[in-house]
Amino acid sequence: MSEMQQLKAKDYKSDQEVRWCPGCGDYSIIAGIQATLAKLQIPKENLVMVSGIGCSSRFPYYMDTYGVHGIHGRANALATGIKVANPDLQVWVITGDGDGLAIGGNHMIHSLRRNVDMKIVLFNNEIYGLTKGQYSPTSPRGLHTKTSPFGSVDNPFIPIQLALGAGATFTARTLDTQPKHMKMVLEEAAKHKGAAFVEIWQNCVIFNDGAYKEWTDKRVRDEQTIQIVDGEPMIFGADRDKGLKIEGSEIKIVRADEATVWNSRAESPGAAFAMSQLDRHPEMPRPFGVFRQVSAPTLDDMVHDQIKEVTDAKGVGDLKDLIYTPDCWTVE
Amino acid sequence: MSSEELIRQDDVTIRFAGDSGDGMQLTGSQFTDTTAKVGNDLATFPDYPSEIRAPAGTRAGVSGFQIHFSSHDIYTAGDAPSVLVAMNPAALIVNYKDLKPGGIILVNTGAFTEGDLKRADLDSNPLEDGTLAGYRVIEEDINQRTIEALEGTELGKKDVLRCKNFYTLGMMYWLFSRPVEPTLTWLEKKFAKKPELVDANTRALKAGYNHGQLLRLFQGRYEVPKVEGTAPGTYRNIMGNESLSIGLAVGSRLAGLKPFLGSYPITPATEILQQLARMKNYDVVTCQMEDEIAGVCTAIGASYAGRLGITSTSGPGLALKTEALGLAVITELPLVVVDVQRAGPSTGLPTKVEQSDLLQSIFGRNGEAPIPVIACSSPSDAFETAVEAVRIATEFMTPVILLSDNYIANGTEPWKLPEMDSLPDMKVEFVTDPEGFQPYNRDERLVRGWAIPGTPGLQHRVGGLEKDHVTGAVSHDPDNHHEMVLTRQNKIMGIRETIPTPELAGDTEGDLLVVAWGSTFGQARAATERLQKKGHKISHIHLRHLWPLPYGLEEIFAGFKHIICPELNLGQLARVLTSEYPKYPFESYAKVKGKPFQAFELAAHFEKILEEKS
Repeated sequence: MSEMQQLKAKDYKSDQEVRWCPGCGDYSIIAGIQATLAKLQIPKENLVMVSGIGCSSRFPYYMDTYGVHGIHGRANALATGIKVANPDLQVWVITGDGDGLAIGGNHMIHSLRRNVDMKIVLFNNEIYGLTKGQYSPTSPRGLHTKTSPFGSVDNPFIPIQLALGAGATFTARTLDTQPKHMKMVLEEAAKHKGAAFVEIWQNCVIFNDGAYKEWTDKRVRDEQTIQIVDGEPMIFGADRDKGLKIEGSEIKIVRADEATVWNSRAESPGAAFAMSQLDRHPEMPRPFGVFRQVSAPTLDDMVHDQIKEVTDAKGVGDLKDLIYTPDCWTVE
Repeated sequence: MSSEELIRQDDVTIRFAGDSGDGMQLTGSQFTDTTAKVGNDLATFPDYPSEIRAPAGTRAGVSGFQIHFSSHDIYTAGDAPSVLVAMNPAALIVNYKDLKPGGIILVNTGAFTEGDLKRADLDSNPLEDGTLAGYRVIEEDINQRTIEALEGTELGKKDVLRCKNFYTLGMMYWLFSRPVEPTLTWLEKKFAKKPELVDANTRALKAGYNHGQLLRLFQGRYEVPKVEGTAPGTYRNIMGNESLSIGLAVGSRLAGLKPFLGSYPITPATEILQQLARMKNYDVVTCQMEDEIAGVCTAIGASYAGRLGITSTSGPGLALKTEALGLAVITELPLVVVDVQRAGPSTGLPTKVEQSDLLQSIFGRNGEAPIPVIACSSPSDAFETAVEAVRIATEFMTPVILLSDNYIANGTEPWKLPEMDSLPDMKVEFVTDPEGFQPYNRDERLVRGWAIPGTPGLQHRVGGLEKDHVTGAVSHDPDNHHEMVLTRQNKIMGIRETIPTPELAGDTEGDLLVVAWGSTFGQARAATERLQKKGHKISHIHLRHLWPLPYGLEEIFAGFKHIICPELNLGQLARVLTSEYPKYPFESYAKVKGKPFQAFELAAHFEKILEEKS
C-alpha cells in the first residue's frame, strides 16, 4: 500500500455525530479502537462492527465500516452468523456489562467456547446507563441504584472469570483512562486468531461516576493495580517494590524480587483464574493486561474446512442429485 | 379359498401399532416404500408419543404408523383403517376403535401375558371379553413364530425378538401382494457391516411372508392395482421435512446464494437441521446454536454478510425469535423462517398436529412489523413452497415465515419430481457500485438494495433503530418514521403483484365454498370431491399465500352462498378473512385434538351445512 493510501484513525470515523455524554469513557475507547485499526491498516470494507443495546452499542453508527446495531444481548449471535458466513471479514462485537453479561450472557459464553474468530469488547461501567441507572451483573454488592435503593444484594460476575470459564482463548482487561495500555491490549486482541475477550473498565459520569476511583485514581493506582505482562515479573507499587507470587491457587504479595514471572500462554487457565479472583480481595491490587492467550481452532475455520473436506470427497453437489435420488421411479 | 386368488381392493388403509420400541415406524416406512414402487398412490402419517421410550407396554408408549394406498389418486393418509396390526394389548386398546366396522385386526398374542395386560391397564383380556366383537381378529403368536424362524441363529433372544416387526411386515406383504425384494435390498444396504442382522431380518421377513401363504390365517389375499393414468414422470416417496429441506437448498442455489441455517433442535422441525447438515457439498452451512434466539440472529447476521439466512423451528421457538424478526423487518434483510407447527399452547402436545401459529406468524410482533406468511399443503408441496419462500425473501428483502406442521413434516406421499429446467431463475444481484449508493435506495417495488460487507465503498450500518428513509442514519424524525412504517407495509403488500390467485376446485358458483390452508388440503379436497359426486354445489380453494392474501379472492367468495374454513385451531384463518373481507360471513369449523381432520368428518359437516342452509 502506498503512503497516499495509508488509513488514519480518523478515516474510520463515520459522518454521524457522536452522542455519548460529555466525559463518557466511551470516547476514549472508540479513539483507541480507531487508532488500533489504523495501526494494523485493516481495510474499512472488511470490518463489521456488531452491537446489542445500551450506550456502548451505538458504537457501530460512529464508525465508517460495515455495522449492525442489533437487539439487546444478541450481538455475539449476530456476529457469529456474519463471521461464519464470510470468514474474510474482521468482526468486532461491542457490548456492555448489561448487554453482554445479563441478557446476552448465554450467547457470550457460547461464542467464547466455540472460539469464533471475533473481537469482543465489553465496556464495563457496572451500571445500566441507557435506562438511567439500575444495577448490572457487575455492580458490587451494596450499590445504591434506582432499583436497589437500599443497596444491591446481587453477587457480581467477574467478567474475566466468566470468559476463562467459558474457554476463551484470549482474555484481557484494560481501562478507559489509560489509552496507551488500552491500545496495547486492543492490538493484541485484534491480532489474536479466535474469540478475543477484552473487558474495559469504563466510567459512567452520569449514573456511576467514580466507580473505579478506589483503584484508578492517580494517587492510588500504582498501589491498587498491577499490569501483568507475559514473560515479566508481576511487580507493582509506587516504588515498584512489591510483587505477586502464585503458590498453587493462592496469590500472595511478596517482595519485588520474589514475584512470579507472568505466563499468559500457559496451557492451563488455572493461574489466570487465580489472578482474576483478586477482584474479590480488597487488600489485593486489581490486575490489568492479558490474562490468557492460547491458540485453538476457530469455529469459522472448522465449518469451512469441513465443507471443503466433504466437497473434496463427494464433489460439488449437483442439484439434480438432491432431487433425483436412487429410490425414485418413472411412470411412462 | 386358494391363497392365490386375489381380491381386488381399490383403497386400503393400514395402521401398524406397537410399543415405541417395536419398530413400527420402520415397518411402516418399509411397507410405504414398497407400495410406492408397486405404483399405488399413497399417503402416510406416523403417530408417536413425545417420550422416546415411555414405559414399555403402556398405553402412553404406543407408536403408530398409518398408510393409505390406492389404485387412484388420494389426498390423505386415510380416515378409518381397514387393517390394524397390534403388537401388544396397549396398541390394540388405543387403536381398535378407529377401525372400520368389520375391519381386520392382526394381533400378536405373544405379548398378551397377564403382565402385558396389566401394563396396558386392562382388567380383562380384550381378545376374550368381547371387546373386539364386530371385527375380524387374526391371532398369531408372532414372538414365537419369529423365534422359530430364527432357530439356530447366533443372536440372543432379545435380538431375535427385535426381528418380529420384519416377520409382521412379511405377513402384510403377503396379504397385500407386495414384493419382498425392495426391503431385502434395503436390509443389505442398511446392515452392510452386520451380515448377521441382514440374515436374521431376511429370514424373519420371508418366514412371515410364507406363513401368510401356508397357514391361511387370512381369508384370502388382496391386490391393490397400481394407479392407471398417473401423470408420466419420475416419482419419489418423500417426507415433508425432507422435501422442505431440499426446497431450501434448491431455492438458495436458484437465487445464486449459499444458504446458512441457524437453528436449535425442536420437535417436529429438527429433521430440517439434520437434513441440511448433511448437505455440506452443496455449500450449506448449518450452525446448531445455543438457543432459538441465537438461531435466528446468526441467520440474520449471515444474510447481512451475503448468505441466505434460514432458521427452522416450531411454535414455541417462533415465539422466542419474535424480537429478532422485528430486527429483520427493520433492517430489510432476506430471511426464511420455517415453523413446523405443533399443538400448543406452551409445550402443548409436541408430537401432535395443530395449525395454531397462523395469527402469531402474521401479527405476533411489537410495532408495525409486516412479514409475509406462506404455508405448504402436503409433503411434496413443501418443496415448492420452500422455493417460493426463498423467492419472496430475496426478491423483496424481507423475512418470510413458512408454515408447515407435524402432519406434513412426518407424513409421506409420492412426489412428482420437477424437471430441472422448469425450476425458476431467481438470481439475486448484490449492489456493488458506490456511485450514488444509499442503504435505503429503493426500486419501484420499494425494495432496497443488498450491499454486503467486503464491498469497497459501500460501508453502511443497519440496525434496530429507525433509519432515515434514504441515508440510513438513525432518525427520530416523526414524519420519517411514519413514512418508513408505511413503506415497509406497502412493500410487503406489493408481494401480491407476484402471486397467483389460487385455483378453485369446482364451479365458480355454488352453495358452499371451503376455504382452507396448510395440511388440511387432503381432507378438504377429498370431502369436497365426495360431496360434488353426490351432486352438491360445493367447491374448495386452498391458500398457499396467507399474508398478504392474493388478489381475486373476493370475486371467488362472491359466487357462494356460504363459506366455511376448516382449521386445526379455533378459527384463525376465518378471523383474518373476516377482517379483510368484512362483506362475507366466514364460518369456522375447528378441531384441536392434536389429530388431523378426517375426510368423512369434514364431508359430514359440510353436508349438514348444505342441508340446513338450503
